[in-house]
Amino acid sequence: MTRVSEHLNQALHDLMESDPSVHLLGEDVSDPYGGAFKVTRGLSSRFGSRVRSTPLSEGAIAGVGAGLALAGDKAIVEIMFADFVALAFDQITNFAAKSTSMYGRPVPVPLVVRCPTGGNRGYGPTHSQNPQKHFIGVPGLSLFEMTPFHDAGELFARMFGLGRPCLFFEDKVLYTRQMYRTDDLFRFELVDDVARVHLDGAGRPDCTLVTHGGLVHRTLDAMRALLLEDELVCELLVPAQLYPVPRLPGLEDAAHVCVVDDGAEGGTWAAEVATALYPRLWGRLRRPITLINSADGVIPAAPHLEREVLVQADSIRAAVREALS
Amino acid sequence: MIVTAAPSRSPRHALNDADLRSLLLIRHFERALLGLFEQGVLSGTTHTCLGQEYIPVTLSALLRDDDFVFSNHRGHGHFLARHPDPHGLLAEIMGREGALCGGVGGSQHIYHRRFLSTGVQGESLPVATGVALKLAGTGALACAYIGDGTWGEGAVYEALNMASLWRVPLLVVVEHNGIAQSTPTSAQMAGTIAARAAAFGVRHHHVGSTDVGEIRQALAPLVDAVRAEPSPLVVEFATHRLGPHSKGDDTRPPEEIRRAAESDWYDRYAEADPERFARIDREQRELVERVVAEVSARPHARPGGAA
Repeated sequence: MTRVSEHLNQALHDLMESDPSVHLLGEDVSDPYGGAFKVTRGLSSRFGSRVRSTPLSEGAIAGVGAGLALAGDKAIVEIMFADFVALAFDQITNFAAKSTSMYGRPVPVPLVVRCPTGGNRGYGPTHSQNPQKHFIGVPGLSLFEMTPFHDAGELFARMFGLGRPCLFFEDKVLYTRQMYRTDDLFRFELVDDVARVHLDGAGRPDCTLVTHGGLVHRTLDAMRALLLEDELVCELLVPAQLYPVPRLPGLEDAAHVCVVDDGAEGGTWAAEVATALYPRLWGRLRRPITLINSADGVIPAAPHLEREVLVQADSIRAAVREALS
Repeated sequence: MIVTAAPSRSPRHALNDADLRSLLLIRHFERALLGLFEQGVLSGTTHTCLGQEYIPVTLSALLRDDDFVFSNHRGHGHFLARHPDPHGLLAEIMGREGALCGGVGGSQHIYHRRFLSTGVQGESLPVATGVALKLAGTGALACAYIGDGTWGEGAVYEALNMASLWRVPLLVVVEHNGIAQSTPTSAQMAGTIAARAAAFGVRHHHVGSTDVGEIRQALAPLVDAVRAEPSPLVVEFATHRLGPHSKGDDTRPPEEIRRAAESDWYDRYAEADPERFARIDREQRELVERVVAEVSARPHARPGGAA
C-alpha cells in the first residue's frame, strides 16, 4: 500500500538515481523540509547540488530549468502551489515551449514543471485552483496529470522523452490516497495509457465518464451511488496526458459521455475533450456531451463555501442523472 | 539618471583589421536593413544597433567558443560579432533559403550554435542563469546582453539574486543607451544600475569609453574572474543609439539625436587611420551589397530547411 505522494517521491528518487543529468529545483524542496507536500523528501540528502531549494521566484525557477535543459541536462521544477504557475507563464509559454520550434528546427527542452493543484483543503482562492485550462493550446507544451492508476516513473520518462516542456499536475488530496486502489465494486486496466475503470462483468454502460487524476475518487464515489441507488452503470476513463487530448478508448458505442473537470467554468479542459470527441462520435451520440466543471467563482476558504464551488461526488451524480433522465 | 557617453576623442588603441571589419560589417548590415525597409522589401520590424556596434565587437575577443551568448531584440550586432555570417542572418530576416532558423524566428529569435536570442525583455536572464549553473566550473560562461529598459522586468532581479547566491559564471552586458523605445531612462528608472547590482552583491563595472582596445583591457581580468571564481558580473556600457528604436519611430529632439551622433565611433576611427579605414569600410560596404543582392534573389525559406 503506497500513498500517491510516497509513490511520486520514490519515482523521483529512482529517476535521479538512474539519470545523473536530472536536476530538481523548487521552493523549500530540500531536506529536512522536503517540499510543502513532502514529495521531494530525501532527494537533497542523496543528490546534493542537483536538488536546489530556490528563492521565491517562480518565473526564474522555470527559466533556470529551461536553461539547464537547453544546456543538455534535464530539469524538474516544483511550483509549490499550482496557482503560482501564473508567475512562470512567460518562461513556460514564451520561452520553454516556443523554443522547441521557433528556431526553425526541433530544439529539445526536457523540462517538467510539477504543479500541486486542487482544493477541498480550505486553502482559499489562491492556493486551491486547477489552472490546467490556461495552458491548453500552447504550441510546444504538453499537459499531464498524476492519477492513482499510472506509474509516475513511466510518466516522467514519457514526459522527458517528448523533448518538450510538460506541466505535470498533482492533486493535493490525491497525494493522501493509495496508488492502484479503486472502490471495491470497480476494477481498472490501462488501455493505450488511459485508465479504464469499470464494473466487473457489466455490459455496455449507461454513461462513460472522462476525468483527470485529481477527480478520480470523487467520480468513483458518484459512480458507486449511481449504481447502488440509481441503478445506472458508469464507466470511467482517466488519461494521464491531458493535452494534446489523447485517443480515448472504447467510446464508439457509448450511450452517453460526460467529462468531469475540476477547473472553473469557461474555456475548460472538459470542453477541449468534447471538441476532440465530437467529430469521432457525431451521429452516434444521443445527446450533447455533458460538461461538469467547478463553478465560475473564486474558491472560498471556508469549507462549507468551498464545497459549493468545487466539483463534488453529489454534483457529478446529479449531473449524470439529469443527463440520462 | 542621464547617461552621457565619453566626449568625442581619438581612440588611444589602434584597431586590428579583424575588429575594424567586424565593426563595419555590422554598421553596413544595419544600414542596409533600414534601406531594405524603406524599399518595402522587409516585413515585420527590425531593431538596429547603429552606434552600439563596438560593444559586441569588444566582447567578441573576450568570449570563448564554449561560452553561451544570449541576445535580445536588438541583436544583429551581437550575432555578427560572434558569427560573421551576414548571409545566414539576412536570409533569416528576409525569410529566404539558407536562413539561420528557417525563417521562423526572424530578426529577434535566433539560435545558432551557442548563440540564442529572444524577443521578450528580461526573459533570457533566468535561462542564462540556468545555463551558467551548468557551465560553472568548466571555465565557460553565459553572457547575456540586455538594455537599460530591461531593468523594469522582475525576471532580471530574480535571476541576479540566484546568480549571486549560487555563484554562477554569468556576464550581464547592459547596453545603456539612455532610452527605452521612446521613454528616456530618467522617466523609467529610479536609482542606478550600479546600486541594483550592489544590492545583490554582484560586481559592477561602468564603461564610458567607446575605445575597443581600452575597454577590452579593462574588462579582460574581470571576465577572467567570472570564469575562475565563478561569479556574476554586470558590465554597464554608457552608449548611444544613433538610429530609431525600430524604423522611422524616433521621437527624440534633434539636439539629442545630434548628441548621439557626436559620440559615434565611426568618424573617430576614420580620422585616426583614414587610409586603412576607408579601404575596409569600402570592402565591408561592398560585401553587404553583395549579400543583399544574393540573398534577395534566393527562394523563400521552407519550414524544416534551417541552415
